[in-house]
Amino acid sequence: MSTFAHAVHDSRTMLRRNLKHAIRYPSVGLGAAMMPILMLLLFVYAFGGSIGAGMGGRDAYIGYLTPGIIVMGVAAGSMSTSIAVCNDMTEGIINCFRTMNITRSSFLTGHVIGSVIQTMLCCVPVVGVALAIGFRSGASPLRWLAAAGLLAAVAFAVTWLSVALGLISKTVESASNKPLLIQFLPFLGSAFVPAGSMSPGLRWFAENQPFTPVIETLRGLLCGTAIGDNGWISLAWCAGIALIGYLWSRSLFNSSTKH
Amino acid sequence: MPSSVMPTPRKGGGVRPPAAVSAFDLRKSYGDKTVLDGIDLRIPAGTVFALLGPNGAGKTTTVQILSTLVAADGGQAQVAGHDIGTAPDRVRAAIGVTGQFAALDDLLTAEENLLLMADLLRLGKREGRARTGELLERFGIADVARKRAATFSGGMRRRLDLAMTLVGDPQVIFLDEPTTGLDPRSRRTMWDMVRELVAGGTTVFLTTQYLEEADQLADRIAVLDGGRLVAEGTADELKARIPGSHVRLRFTDPAEYERAAGAFPGAARDDGELALRVAGDGGLDALRALLDRLDAAGIRAADFSVHTPDLDDVFLALTGQGTPGPGAPLHLKENR
Repeated sequence: MSTFAHAVHDSRTMLRRNLKHAIRYPSVGLGAAMMPILMLLLFVYAFGGSIGAGMGGRDAYIGYLTPGIIVMGVAAGSMSTSIAVCNDMTEGIINCFRTMNITRSSFLTGHVIGSVIQTMLCCVPVVGVALAIGFRSGASPLRWLAAAGLLAAVAFAVTWLSVALGLISKTVESASNKPLLIQFLPFLGSAFVPAGSMSPGLRWFAENQPFTPVIETLRGLLCGTAIGDNGWISLAWCAGIALIGYLWSRSLFNSSTKH
Repeated sequence: MPSSVMPTPRKGGGVRPPAAVSAFDLRKSYGDKTVLDGIDLRIPAGTVFALLGPNGAGKTTTVQILSTLVAADGGQAQVAGHDIGTAPDRVRAAIGVTGQFAALDDLLTAEENLLLMADLLRLGKREGRARTGELLERFGIADVARKRAATFSGGMRRRLDLAMTLVGDPQVIFLDEPTTGLDPRSRRTMWDMVRELVAGGTTVFLTTQYLEEADQLADRIAVLDGGRLVAEGTADELKARIPGSHVRLRFTDPAEYERAAGAFPGAARDDGELALRVAGDGGLDALRALLDRLDAAGIRAADFSVHTPDLDDVFLALTGQGTPGPGAPLHLKENR
């Protein structure tokens, strides 16, 4: 087998292991799906009447909110990778992997691919609930596919960042705290209310942070609003974050061998 | 105290068997703390080597370096014929490592853990299954094969861990304190398994802080203390480095004690305990002579014990704790 074939084989083995974990311990995955669903219900039924008043009512607000909730769910789901990575790093099993003749990066690749698959699956019930409570999209299958691709790109990028955060965490507890910052970001974007309605300082932040263009792109794909440059900006953010997360993770993982 | 390593001359003078592990002047420090201060090793293939030392002596660091987990600061080492610095992947392909803490995937079952190893070793489905079944049987965990590793007792975890190490049939196995924390029965089971491995031709590099374990298992023992090897040899050779065995006689009556001291002028006195230490070679004849002498003098001892030096004495003497009195509790130095 060539080096590349080895890498693929080892990554698949690691991926199988991570998916097995996910199936056996579904609580993390279910949590990743439950959180956005609860937020969706909360914002539609508790706050939707008043927030949606300026947008044409509660039903119109469901249309505005759903893409934001989906993106938030993807971000939150991806961030749970850091717990899984940190857990492995603090257990003896990592030393076992390291003293075997396997492709080093396969450990990280397995986590990332596993997490992206899991996160994408978690989107399904979120979309299902949104549809059940009145979300209507006139999008063509092609647009739905583009939306899925965008979300996968977001999941991929955030997961790599999450892996790095898991690697710098000494304990699982601290690994579970760090991602909160990123999970919180969609709130400070256009997920729940238009950025234009925010105070000037926050508005500047909301308009320039990575989640806003992603949410706007998804909104455009599913609800037919204008996308403009947001599509490209989103992909650029995803590529940048993925690259930083990957390089950071790789350097952390390689250096942790030496001490 | 001699601090030099004393290799024993090899008998026969024939060709030396190939070394499974060899190291020259291995060094490692963490910050300004020197953990390994120049270690030389040569372990012939197919033998058991025990690295014995108190906590913090550098045993685990030695294993980590030789198993390519940690890079040495200086020195060279070869494992299974490959240099650990320049060909770590080849070393990894030839070794198995069982650390102090079982390296199991707690969320997977015993069988899945073994299959994971088989997958990572790229054994192929059929061979992986066969190997897994065989190891489950051999290590007595076939009946719990479908149970999650998290539910296993300490002894079972170590067994599964060792089984996982053996999936790839490694030439050299590193066992870092394989029985620490195990109950006596599990410890004995572990020992039997190690013996079986060696019978199959595997080289075993063992670290332990239990002298009995080294005595039971190892062909050769090296004593590590403060990052240096302070002695090396067979268990018997090491024991021979501690001056002879003795008989201890204890009395309850001070007058009797004084009369005995008179009868054995060469004996070491312990006036507080009313005990005498009479040197002897520990043999039956010397013992009979001693008893005859007591009889002839009409002395009755309250208590009588024969003390043969064991590895505990060697260990304590070599690691700077002095020779303990008979019956002194084994106390391992917690240094650095």
